[in-house]
Amino acid sequence: MLVDIVFWFFAVLIIGSALVVVLSKNMIYSVFALLFTFFGVAGIYVLLNADFLAVTQIMIYIGGILVLLIFGIMLTSNVTGVDIKSVQTGKIQMFFAGLVSILIIVSISFIAYSTNWKVSPTTNTDVSTTIESIGKQLLTNYLLAFESASVLLLIAIIGAALIARRK
Amino acid sequence: MGIGLTHYIVLSAILFGLGIFAIITRKNAVLVLMGVELVLNSANINFIAFAKFNKMNIDGHIAAIFVIMLAAIEVAVALAIVLNIYQNYKHINVDEIDSLKD
Repeated sequence: MLVDIVFWFFAVLIIGSALVVVLSKNMIYSVFALLFTFFGVAGIYVLLNADFLAVTQIMIYIGGILVLLIFGIMLTSNVTGVDIKSVQTGKIQMFFAGLVSILIIVSISFIAYSTNWKVSPTTNTDVSTTIESIGKQLLTNYLLAFESASVLLLIAIIGAALIARRK
Repeated sequence: MGIGLTHYIVLSAILFGLGIFAIITRKNAVLVLMGVELVLNSANINFIAFAKFNKMNIDGHIAAIFVIMLAAIEVAVALAIVLNIYQNYKHINVDEIDSLKD
């Protein structure tokens, strides 16, 4: 019963703050609403027994990506206080975009409801930490992907530094 | 009625739709990037929900880790490009940027 309450709390937090992200005219409000969305998703991860992923979510998304996005907004706007307006598209475009996204949401939800999922859920008693199994998998079955990921990170760092450099 | 797999899928579907809406309607490049982040987060919720409802299959967690890593890379490179565009155009409205070099 407590799990239900926690799930609904985080679901409302995620959807409400995502609505602010999508609809707010003030870009700073959007970024800070994105913080609550990421935090809510981390809570959902904890609810799904993914402890390592929850900590990773908080460290990388909130500690890294969000700070980068705030830097991006601050460096590319004429900052005159906390009120940084974003240009919106017209009403007709907003209407059709809303139609498309509602269509996507309704169709995915309909598929999810009408499919008879064969679930074998994890009970809370037979799960300890996931860190040990994730580490084992990363260094055995997924070793090639892991190493390619590190090379990709190196390439991305060099490329980003090269592109953003002042001439 | 307890919380099942369907609840998580519907939650991630709503997050996905909102992210698509942000990608379509926003003009500012940084806000488009935030829409992409919402979409990637919804994919991650799906991965981990399916992992939990399949006897804690750890493959879903590995996929989610790679998605998070790619999101970090994507934001870094995209912000470098956005800063470069801002030096040329003095704005980052994606609908008015139509040439790579001035």
